[in-house]
This record gives sequence, structure tokens and C-alpha cells, in this order.
Amino acid sequence: TALSLKSNNSLRLLQTRHLCLGVLPDGLDRNSDAFVRNSQVIGGLISELHTHIEKVLAGGGVEAVKRNQSRNKLLPRERIDRLIDPGSSFLELSQLAGHELYGEPLPSGGIITGIGPVHGRLCMFVANDPTVKGGTYYPITVKKHLRAQEIAAQCKLPCIYLVDSGGAFLPKQAEVFPDKDNFGRIFYNQAIMSAEGIPQIALVLGSCTAGGAYIPAMADESVMVKGNGTIFLAGPPLVKAATGEEVSAEDLGGAAVHCKTSGVSDYFAQDELHGLSLGRNIIKNLHLAGMQLTANGFQNINPEYKEPLYDVKELRSIAPADLKQSFDIRSVIARIVDGSEFDEFKKLYGTTLVTGFARIFGQPVGIIGNNGILFNESALKGAHFIELCTQRKIPLVFLQNITGFMVGSRSEANGIAKSGAKMVMAVSCAKVPKITIIVGGSFGAGNYAMCGRAYNPTFMFLWPNAKISVMGGPQAAGVLSQIEKANKKKQGVEWTKEEEEKFKAKVVEAYEKEGRAYYSTARLWDDGIIDPSDTRKVIGFCLSASLNRPTEDTKYGVFRM
Amino acid sequence: SHDKHDKPSQQIEKILIANRGEIACRIIKTAKRLGIRTVAVYSDADERSLHVKSADESIRIGPPPARLSYLNGSSIVDAAIRTGAQAIHPGYGFLSESAHFAQLCGDKGLTFIGPPASAIRDMGDKSASKRIMGAAGVPLVPGYHGNEQDVDFMKSEADKIGYPILIKPTHGGGGKGMRIVQSQSDFVESFLGAQREAAASFGINTILLEKYITQPRHIEVQIFGDKYGNVLHLYERDCSVQRRHQKIIEEAPAPNVTNEFRSHLGQAAVSAAKAVNYYSAGTVEFIVDTVSSQFYFMEMNTRLQVEHPVTEMIVGQDLVEWQIRVANGEPLPMSQLQVPILGHAFEARIYAENVPKGFLPATGVLHHYRPVPVTAAVRVETGVEQGDTVSMHYDPMIAKLVVGGENRAAALLKLKNCLSNFQVAGVPTNINFLQKLVNHREFESGNVETHFIEHHKEDLFVDPSNSILAKEAYNAARLGAFLVAACICEKEHSTLKDSSPGGHSLPSIWYTHPPFRVHHHARRVMEFEWENEYDSGGFKLLTFMIIFKPDGNYLIETGEDGSPGLEVKTTHLGEHDFRVEADGVSMDVNLAVYTKDRTRHIHAWHGSHNHHFRQKLGIELSADDETQHKTSYETGSAPPGTVVAPMAGLVVKVLAKDGSKVEEGQPILVLEAMKMEHIVKAPSAGLVQGLQVTAGQQVSDSIVLFKIQG
Repeated sequence: TALSLKSNNSLRLLQTRHLCLGVLPDGLDRNSDAFVRNSQVIGGLISELHTHIEKVLAGGGVEAVKRNQSRNKLLPRERIDRLIDPGSSFLELSQLAGHELYGEPLPSGGIITGIGPVHGRLCMFVANDPTVKGGTYYPITVKKHLRAQEIAAQCKLPCIYLVDSGGAFLPKQAEVFPDKDNFGRIFYNQAIMSAEGIPQIALVLGSCTAGGAYIPAMADESVMVKGNGTIFLAGPPLVKAATGEEVSAEDLGGAAVHCKTSGVSDYFAQDELHGLSLGRNIIKNLHLAGMQLTANGFQNINPEYKEPLYDVKELRSIAPADLKQSFDIRSVIARIVDGSEFDEFKKLYGTTLVTGFARIFGQPVGIIGNNGILFNESALKGAHFIELCTQRKIPLVFLQNITGFMVGSRSEANGIAKSGAKMVMAVSCAKVPKITIIVGGSFGAGNYAMCGRAYNPTFMFLWPNAKISVMGGPQAAGVLSQIEKANKKKQGVEWTKEEEEKFKAKVVEAYEKEGRAYYSTARLWDDGIIDPSDTRKVIGFCLSASLNRPTEDTKYGVFRM
Repeated sequence: SHDKHDKPSQQIEKILIANRGEIACRIIKTAKRLGIRTVAVYSDADERSLHVKSADESIRIGPPPARLSYLNGSSIVDAAIRTGAQAIHPGYGFLSESAHFAQLCGDKGLTFIGPPASAIRDMGDKSASKRIMGAAGVPLVPGYHGNEQDVDFMKSEADKIGYPILIKPTHGGGGKGMRIVQSQSDFVESFLGAQREAAASFGINTILLEKYITQPRHIEVQIFGDKYGNVLHLYERDCSVQRRHQKIIEEAPAPNVTNEFRSHLGQAAVSAAKAVNYYSAGTVEFIVDTVSSQFYFMEMNTRLQVEHPVTEMIVGQDLVEWQIRVANGEPLPMSQLQVPILGHAFEARIYAENVPKGFLPATGVLHHYRPVPVTAAVRVETGVEQGDTVSMHYDPMIAKLVVGGENRAAALLKLKNCLSNFQVAGVPTNINFLQKLVNHREFESGNVETHFIEHHKEDLFVDPSNSILAKEAYNAARLGAFLVAACICEKEHSTLKDSSPGGHSLPSIWYTHPPFRVHHHARRVMEFEWENEYDSGGFKLLTFMIIFKPDGNYLIETGEDGSPGLEVKTTHLGEHDFRVEADGVSMDVNLAVYTKDRTRHIHAWHGSHNHHFRQKLGIELSADDETQHKTSYETGSAPPGTVVAPMAGLVVKVLAKDGSKVEEGQPILVLEAMKMEHIVKAPSAGLVQGLQVTAGQQVSDSIVLFKIQG
């Protein structure tokens, strides 16, 4: 009966509470100078971030947006809003791709990507923004498109391409066309994913010229919108130049031609809204009966989860304004895990690395967070913990705030390189979903051991205060100035103190600029900058997307013992 | 039947109700209370209707057309015999005033719960009844009630009485076949129409003529008699407010009459009943000339009337129970002096009808139906439930709303309140019209008369070109649309929370509220179509943006001339019910949402307003080929000169030939629906084109009938 069920549930809850020893303390001194300073600095960073975001949300400018509207076309984010389930969430990726990357603005890199549910099934969306340079592909546009496909392939997410693009941006063809991870890779990925049973759906909502024509042509199913959607290898001007034939775009490659005659497209849409509904219908009808079981069902997800005990918004005050300033990563964990419950593994050993088990929105995770420099013990503990999680197929969350491994003779003699290698081996080979959040610094080999971009995290995000570089600016300036000084000395040139300081300042400035979150995210070294207060949600979305496929077994290489 | 009183007669233990709809349900209620078993009869159209579900037993009597089912006396009597019912209650309408049916019941040994067949016969023939009444000293309206029915003779009689004159079939009731003729020249067409309609409805086409009183009131007296010659009256009802000669609001007692007048009227009614040895429930209708304060006998209805609950409300009695007791041979339970008046009562009839189209009956599905809650002083007599269809086969009445109060003002206040909370969506209704009516100052003062609606049409009907009211209505609708939009989003959210679209495979975080966006708020554009009745421009588009604020509130912006957004907070209370806070004011909002013809209809009740919005749905389900993509036909979009059927109905007569030349206003064909005739006229002079329909053909609403080539 309902009553006994209820009492059973409360009994279970009671037991859970008793069993969980690891409710984290608040860990935040709201009266400290650091708290006040961090709040101010991060507040400034976030309002700067919002200024940048506002610009990219406006797309390619008022005129282009108006022109788009006059053709009865929606903006790419509006298109996605109409495709995902009404009232559902959307995890947009790399909003600031292309930020200050080229001589001209390229909002969001000219393409919108992200994950959202359609009829309850998570899909990867890749939407050209026709208001930005006619939706053409700059090098970063290609990179963002490929990254979206990479995530889709890793998570087995059906791909929905909202095609409205003039194809490759011709002036930069050398950086767009020839290389391995260039334009052609888009179609290669479509073919490979289709072969793996990952649905590839194209909605042709605008022009789709030349190379772009292969996106719908390579898709499993495609929709074309009457009037707006065109597909051709060469547009009317090129056709006229090549053959002298005069033909309108609609007659050359409109929806009627491709849905009725050529068979390049499958569904004929009366208008854009109709096209989008047809897109939803295709996802509804995927069924994928055999694959359903491999979804979240196996993952031991507890649908009844508790919110953290402490306000997640306070992460904005925990994010360190000054990376030299240390803070307890547990105060971050306490604000992102269910009920602030964190069962710590090897709490007393290798204390600069915090490891333990928790749940985020009911989904089990193993968390690895930095509490200082990595020592031998911390690296060994990290490797051990990763082995535990891969054995049990528990997704890993890395909270990076790492200046690097301990240097110095004692450390080297203790084999820090060997211990570090063990952790790097474990991170590299781990086949469980890996989600990396850089909450502070990410320097040197610490970046490697904590699952930096090179270690294929399924998702990776930065806080706006994050810094990434091979080492800190002042350290690099010190090293470089010593070398330069030696060179000068060899050439017999005297280096004044003033000149040396100037040299150092230049290096520091360059490191400062290149280490910033914006520099990283503009180049797609990550999947986006997030507001610290969104961390819990973003990890939750990423976990859910990662668990869209069964977790593979992990096999390690040779650990140097 | 007198001996039945002497030796204790057999009590009625099981009644068959030879009717449908609300009256069948109402009779069943009383029968149940008295411990009497009930049998419902139904046509194929009513197999799953409320009266069938309410009865203890039910039995099919025929196909949907009434003449093959509810008017089929012999199959109803058979049904009674088969189910072992001892008595038949005929309700009102159908066979209730068929002397032949009453006789048939008696012949088959069944008790007819109603008056003696002889009284029905006497009163059923309107000419005969007037002769009897004249003899009994009941005052009569000047007129012609003779048997000579030749059209020329009738016209000369009419000329003698003088115009305006009333043409009326001698049989039947409910205003069917009635015509008012204003001048000599119109007489012939109206007379012939009345004859046809009478023949179709009642099988007898005799017509009577009467002086038409220009400022009349319609006041009727409820009488009751037993089988021992006792007759009393239960006071009068004023049923003056009518449209298409059918009552829509009744009240008891009649307002603005003296006690002396009341008692004269009551006595006249009792005399009328006694003159035909009446027993059971009956109503004597009078026409009261408001100018002279004279009253004249009009007719006697030998049945329980639609509006009997207003009388029940003021006398505190159950007239169906009285009918059963009298049928059982019991004497009347009280004497004239014992009949109380307990305050005042109103009845408003809620119809599925198209008020702007001249109150034409409407048909359709009751997608949302929520009458007001019933209390000791509020009765809702209804025969339908949400999801039922108001079909073209029967009367389009949805419900009777009956309210009582200690005096007229108190009852009226309650009536107004109940009307604004009476929720119907799916078919057009007269509720808004009734609201305007009861809020009219002249109605409030009790200055009712039969031409009330006609006289006050300026106030009661909407002027489609009043820019001030149009602006006001627009502002109210816009606010309504905002509230509705917030409620719809909130409802979607709670639906998602309960069952995410992918079943349980997807964690609920994707459907939390408000929906998540990276560094911005989710927003949603909504478009509602709305018809401003004060602006003939047709449907207006209300477009606005809903921004999902992090605190769960909705910020609604129109982008209209820099108007600030409205922040709305909603709480979903139950399926259709919301509590909404906007601009510091908190109120209840009720929604009804249904889909019809690729359009989502949203009805909203908030405060004293109700609004109807439409949303075009995507062409999600349409065929992919454009050739199959035809627009559905709408009256508004028909080319000029095209005449469409104003309602679903039967073509009874085609008066013009295809290709013939016609004058503006010339009758082209006659449609009949709900037993009412409607003449379709030429909108302009010209040639009739494409007239394909023939007499006897059924046409659906809005189908093209013909075109006039100008």
C-alpha cells in the first residue's frame, strides 16, 4: 500500500542519512578579506562575461537579423528553442568561440552547438548562424562543428544539423579545407557516426552550397523548407559561368527539386516552423529500441536527490581572485554534490589531492580536486582512485586548481616523475566519462594529471577566473630572462636591470593574456566558460549526456613501478 | 381512477422517462430520492449520455432523428412494458403534450405522469382552448381561431384584426412556426412558412391569428391539480425575456406587479385549469399589456415546463414529486393558503448558440464544461458532461442555471456571479450575452417585456466599431493573454515534472524550472489570435515574449511602444486552476484548452473576464506534399458574393433555380436545424450560381450554398 511504501521510503532515507558519514561542513568564512575580494573580482569578471555574451547572443548585428527575419527565418538559438522539448533546458557549448580571434567579430564562431532533449532523447545540435558572415565556415567554425560531433560520437547523441550556410569562408580556405581536422572531417564524422547507429539528421533551413551540400546528403534523414532551403554543388551564378544555363535558386536546388525529383532530401516542409516540427517528429520516430536499455537505466541513478546544503551561488565568492591564494576545494564540492554529502577516499594520505564519492543530481561520481601542489603521495592516491572509479564505471569529475607537481631535488629523487606518470597513465586510459572544471589555475603537468584538454575529457569548462599555461607568467619570465641574460653575456652585451625588467614584463604580459579564460575558450581549448554558480547544473547535464551510452571497460598501459 | 384512492392503489415503483437531457436527469434525481427505480430511453446519438448513465436501467428506442426515437410513442411504450415500468414520465417537449401518447399509455395499463389525455387534447388545440377559456370567463386576445385556413381568407381576417399581427400554429409550442407580420405585404410568405414549419414539427398545419401586443409581458402561472378536482396555483413566473420567441431568462415571482394583480392572475389560471378537469402540473400563460395592465389568456401548457425550477425555488417544493404523488392518486399535499413565497428566483438558460449570428443554434463538443458548484440556493440542471457533443438532432440547451435569494436583488447578484463563473468551452454559448442582459439597468429594475432584447439591442449587442470599447477590450485581452501564457508555461512545467517526454530514461534535470540556458534566460515567443468583438477587423494577433526568470517568475514583454514587461507569478493548483500574481494583484485563473481543426483553443476565466484565444498549430501532421496542403474553409475567407450555410441543417425548400436572376434579399432556400427554419436570402441582386443543394439534403456548417454573380 501507499502508506507502507512511504514509510519504507522514509526508512531508506533515514538509513541513507545514517550511512553517509561525509556531510561536508560549510567551510566558508564570509567575513574574511578573501571572501570580500573574491566576490568583487569574480563579480567584475562575470559582468564582463555577460557583456561579451550579450554581444554574441545578438548574432551578426541588427541589419543581418532583420534580413533573416524578413525571410521568415528564425535565429539559430530560436530554432533550437523550437526543436527541444518545450520548457526544457539546453546546454550550449563554447558560446565565446572566435572571441577576438580574427580581425572582425565572429559571434559564437558563426555556429551554435549544444545539447538538449527532443521527445525525451538528448540530441546534439549544430546550427549555422546565417547572420554571421552568411553562415560561412571560418577555421574556428569548423573546429566547433567537429568538437560537437566529437562529443556526439563519444556520448552517442543523435545529431541535428540546422543547415543555413554559404560553405567554407573562401579567403581562409587554406586553414579551412585541406588538413585532417578541417571541413572534410565533418562528412567523415557523419559517415562514421551513421555507421555506429548514431542518427544524423539535417534540416535545410537556408542555403547549403558546395561542400555544405554534403551535410544533408550525408544525413540519414533530411528536411527541406520550401522557398528558403536550397542545396546545390554550385549556385546559379557559378552554373551560369560554367554552362551558360540560367536558372533560379529554387528551380536549381529548392525543396521541390530535392524532395520530388532528385531524392537528395526526404521531407518537404511548407515553412520553417513546419520544418522544425518535422525535425522533432524524426527524433520521435527514431525508436532505437535496441539501444534504449543501454541508456541511463544501468547507471544506478537515484531520481530522488537532495540539493546541496549550501548556496551554490557562493561559489562566486570561493573562486580565487588571486591564484596564489589557497582555498579548500571541499567548499566547492560541498556546493555541487547532492546533500553536500561527500565520502572521502584516503582522506589522511596525500592531502593535497582530495578524492571521494558523491552524487550529482542522483548520478554517482568520483571527484578529484586539488588542494595544493601534487606530491608523490597525492599522485599515487589519484591514480589509485581513478582505478577504483574505472573498475566500478563511476564517472570522474576533476576540479582543477593546480600549479603543478612538486619540483626540487628531493622530489625528483623520490621519483615524482614516476608517480606523476602513473596518474597521467590512469587519466589517459580511463574510459569512464570525465568532466573537467578548471576553477583556478591549470599549469604544467598538473594540467595533464588533472585531465586537461589533451586527455579527452568528455566535457571541459572553465570558471571566468581560470588561468591555463605551461607555467606561471613570472616563473616563465624568470626562466626566459636567465637564458636571455646568458645569451647576451656570450655575445658580450651588457643587460641593464631596466632592460631585464622590461623583458620580463613583456613575457608576463603575454602569459597573462594567453593564460586567460577568454583566450582559451576563443580557441576551443575548452567547451565554454561557466558562471561558478552554474557548476552543479552544468556537471549534471554533462553527466547525463555522458551516460547516454554504456561505459566501456578500461585497460591500462604499463605503469612504471 | 377514483376507486384507486379507496382501495390502496399500487404505488409506482419504476418509472420510464420518455425524454433525454437535463429534464430526464432531473426526473431521475427525484425518483431516486423517493426510492423509485428509473428507466432511461435513448436514441443512438445518446447512447453514452448522462441521462442514460444516471438511470438504473436504459433501453434503446431508435436512431438519432427524434421522430424515429423520442417521438416514437409505440416503441417507448414497448420499452416500458419490456422493462416492467408502471409509469411513464414524458418530461417536456417530445411526447409530453401528445394526447394520443397519454391515451396509449393508459390503454397499455401504464400510468402517464401528467394530465388526463382529454385536457391535453382540449388545450393542445389552441383555437379550441380559447373557446373553452372564453366560456370560462378567462380574458382572451382578439384574434381568429377558426378552421378556415385558406391563405386569402386568413389575410382578410388579419387585415380585420390589424397589424402587427401574430401568426401561430394551433399545435405545438416553444415558438416554433411563430411569425410576426408587420404589414399586409409580408403576410403571405410568413403564413406559408409557418404552415410548413408547423407541418414539419407537429404534423398539423392549422394556424391561428392574434392581435400582436407591442409592449407585452409574458407572465405564466404554475398550477397543480389532483385527481379529486383540487387545483391550486404556485404563483407566477415572468418569462418575458425571449429571443427567437424562446425564453432565456425566467424569474418568480414576476417583478413590479401588485399582490392584487398576482391574486387575480392566480385565480384566472385556476379557473382555466378547472375548466378542463385538469390534474398534475400545468402552466397557464398570459400576455400582459404593459400599457393597459390587462392580461389575456394565451395558452395552457399541459406539462411540466422547462422553467419549473424557479417556482420550486420560491415555494420550496419538488414538482416532480407532486406529479408522482398525484399520479399515484394522492391528494395535493397543501392548500392554496399554505403555499409560501420564499424570496425570489431566476433561471438562465445556457444554450449552445451563436449570438452574433442571430442566436443560431450551434453544435460541437463540450471540450470543457464546468458549471458553478451547486448549493441550496444554486441549482444547475444539466444533461451533459464534459466531452459530450451538442448534436444537431436535439435542442441545443446545455444547462439551466437556477438561483434563489431572499429578494430579487439578492438573487440577481448571485445570478451575475454564477454566470461569470459558468465555464463552457468548445461550442459558442450565450453566457456572455446573458451576462450583459442581467447587468442591464432596465433588467435590474425589473422592467422586463417581451421585446426587451430588441429594445435594448444597442446595449446588449456589441457595436463592432466602438473604438473606445475596442481599446478597453484589447487591453483586457492582452492582460488575459499574459496570464494565460504564464499559466500554460507553468502547466507544461508541472506536466514535465510528472512525466518527462522520454519516460524515465532521462534525468529530470533537463526539465527543471526555469529551463536552463548558459548565461542567459530561456525565452519563448507566443502568438495568440484573438477576436475583438468591438472591432470588425476580425482576428488580431497578440505576440509577446515570455522570459523565464531564475526565480521561476515569468517576465512578459510585448515590445510594444516601449511598454514595460509584466512580471507574473503563477501557482498551479489543479489541472485547470491557477493562482496568478501580477502587478501586486493575486487572482484565480481557470483554463480550458482543446484542439480543433489544427487550432489550439484556449479559454481563460479570470476575475469577471473570460477570454478565448486561438493558437495556430504547426502543420506538424500535414502531408508533406504541397498539393495536399489545402486551407480549411472559413466563412470569413469566402470570396464576396458567396453564401455559406449559417449552420448545419436540412434543406427543406429551394426557392430559386440555379442561374436565375434574383433581387437583393430574395429568399433562395430554407434551411431547418433544431426544428427551426432559417431563410437564406440573396446578399445582393444578380444571378444565382452554383446552387446545387436540393430539398431534403443535409448540409454542414459553413459549406458554400451558392454565389451571386453581381
